[in-house]
Amino acid sequence: MTTLFSDFPPAFVLILGAILVPFLPKKIRSFYVIALPALAFVNVYYLQLDGNTKWNLDVFSWLTNGEPLELLRTESPGAENPEAGYKLAKAFGYIFCLNAVIAFIFAFYVKKSTQHVAALIYIGSALGVAFAGDLLTLYVFWELMAVSSTFVILARNTEKAKRSAYRYIMIHLLGGLLLLAGIVLTIQSRGSIQFDGFDFATEQSAGTWLILLGILVNAAVPPLAAWLPDSYPEASVTGGLILSAYTTKTAVYTLLQGYAGWEPLIWIGCIMSVYGIIYALLENDMRRILAYSIINQVGFMVCAAGIGTHDAISGATAHAFCHIIYKSLLWMAAGAVLYRVGKSKCTELGGLYKTMPLTLIFGTIGALAISAVPGTSGFTSKTIIIHAAEHEAAHGHASLWWAWLILEAASAGVFLHAGIKFPYFVFFNKDRGLRPKEAPGTMLTAMAILSFLCIYLGVNPQPLYDILPYGVNYNAYTAGHVITQMQLLMLSALVFFLFLPMLKRTSTISLDFDWLYRKGGQLFYKATDKSLNSVNAATRKGVVDGFIPRLSSFFTTAPSRILSWLVTPVWLAQGLNSAEREKRRDQLFERGRRGAFPIGITAILGVVLLGVLYVFSWFAR
Amino acid sequence: MENGDDKSPREFDWFDRPKSRKLLWRLLIAACIISFLVEIPALISHDRHATAPIDFGKFNIPGFYAVLGFVACTLMILAAKGLGIFLKRKEDYYGEPEEETLPEDIDDDVVL
Repeated sequence: MTTLFSDFPPAFVLILGAILVPFLPKKIRSFYVIALPALAFVNVYYLQLDGNTKWNLDVFSWLTNGEPLELLRTESPGAENPEAGYKLAKAFGYIFCLNAVIAFIFAFYVKKSTQHVAALIYIGSALGVAFAGDLLTLYVFWELMAVSSTFVILARNTEKAKRSAYRYIMIHLLGGLLLLAGIVLTIQSRGSIQFDGFDFATEQSAGTWLILLGILVNAAVPPLAAWLPDSYPEASVTGGLILSAYTTKTAVYTLLQGYAGWEPLIWIGCIMSVYGIIYALLENDMRRILAYSIINQVGFMVCAAGIGTHDAISGATAHAFCHIIYKSLLWMAAGAVLYRVGKSKCTELGGLYKTMPLTLIFGTIGALAISAVPGTSGFTSKTIIIHAAEHEAAHGHASLWWAWLILEAASAGVFLHAGIKFPYFVFFNKDRGLRPKEAPGTMLTAMAILSFLCIYLGVNPQPLYDILPYGVNYNAYTAGHVITQMQLLMLSALVFFLFLPMLKRTSTISLDFDWLYRKGGQLFYKATDKSLNSVNAATRKGVVDGFIPRLSSFFTTAPSRILSWLVTPVWLAQGLNSAEREKRRDQLFERGRRGAFPIGITAILGVVLLGVLYVFSWFAR
Repeated sequence: MENGDDKSPREFDWFDRPKSRKLLWRLLIAACIISFLVEIPALISHDRHATAPIDFGKFNIPGFYAVLGFVACTLMILAAKGLGIFLKRKEDYYGEPEEETLPEDIDDDVVL
């Protein structure tokens, strides 16, 4: 077992395992989909990535200058920290599998198998990306992730979900194409398909920037972020939960692995963290609040990738790890409410603490963890990133004080939009007469496990610190850290309740950049319809209906016209009145139309023509 | 499910009572004040960031983080409120269909 798993891609455990799912009876299936990611977890644990792997595939060597495809990332012996890259991959591998196990416990009640198949392939391909050692393998799993996640959205099986899934796949295909173009250019210029860190100082090129752009689509960076709050809340109860963990975090992993120290990411991350808060404050749908909150949280990690120091990379990894746990917990709490009530808008929810107290308690633990309250996992992970920004700012990068300030302000804002707003509007606020039952046992079990992890990693983070790519020399529990964090959070809470009247929810949606392709698409259609089709109509009116019939009638009637013009003086000389001349002319035209002139007239005209020619020739002589 | 059941004890509604809300407000304000007060001994002993590897220089101001939290949150709420004027639209703005069915993986008791 251990020898098998020491060299086996964990992605295949899930992807191959997914094929069996539809053939299993329902009872067995629910256990099977829990066991599968657990097996993948064991697989990740036993992986020995010391360079001896049979998963270096030579199939495309003609394309890659003889380099093998690396399905399993190994140590890079020449590098300064040979283990860092694969420890990073392993850390993400652990949390991807762990989260999947608990998500499937939550999903125990799901009857249909389609969503499970799509979800397992989706999670498997996220693992594939995490362990990919070269750009081509990365790309293949990246696209597989996009396609399978679309099916997870479609599994809700409603018209809205279909439309949303369509927009989702269009954006991700765009991102995939950017990535592919970048990969092709990068392979061309570097002469290697290896995927390891790109250096900001020396390796900026069209290729690396395009790859970065492709990754940023998946990381939900505005203005390319709107796909996330558009699609995740349209997925099913379980679908939204599973989607929330993988696409953005795989992008974060890729940034940490490939783009550590790319300075623009610092500011991109800062923008994301504030953007997520502002939109989450405006939102009415509880699951959309959580979706915007993902953008806010990923902002911290993207910023850390931009800072790029060892502490920042480790901090971002720890934050991603803890974030997946507490964000899943929040999606579960929201999912349990949606499951029991069938509503997800703050304007329709409230007062649920009376009948769903356990869901409230677990959801609140998640809310406290995302807010980095001391004693929870957010406090022991997110603060490493802020600490890293502080450290760099104090050591020569003065502009980072701004990044640090924005991250601290965003930390306060997290408490506002996710820490208090979510539990308050769903479980307290106004009693709307909803008296649902408490969530089912399997859901409560899943939430209890995640709640335990939130607190355990908040109290004892060392096991997490041990699996980070670089050693962390950071202690969250100093008097200074705890006091300053509590000041920040308590005053944020005060602001929330002081401004509560301004935060009252309205049954509205907020325009995001998806306006550009949702309304903009319609406008573009109308504009092209108006402009091009009016040219078309004018052309039809002028040329097809006007000019061509006239031209055709000109050619059919011209000989008769000329003839009538010539013979009118003759008719006048004959003393015919106007009515008779009119009659003769009509006869002439009728004959011309039918081509039926009497042969005599033709002969006479022939003689006239010859006479005319004779006169011409006589003069010409 | 309904609360008309005679045998069930009186419903737990502690958070709805005006008295409890008043108490919670007081607790919150007390927590804010305490978070200020506990900083004083740390400031006196210059221990506030003693275990951090760096000196914070200009940010060693009493209550700096409290003010930061207050100002940042106020600004963000005002910003959201201001942007809301331009960004908020009716729910049918995009002409999406009203949801005709609930998600399939939902409690059987729930009706639309």
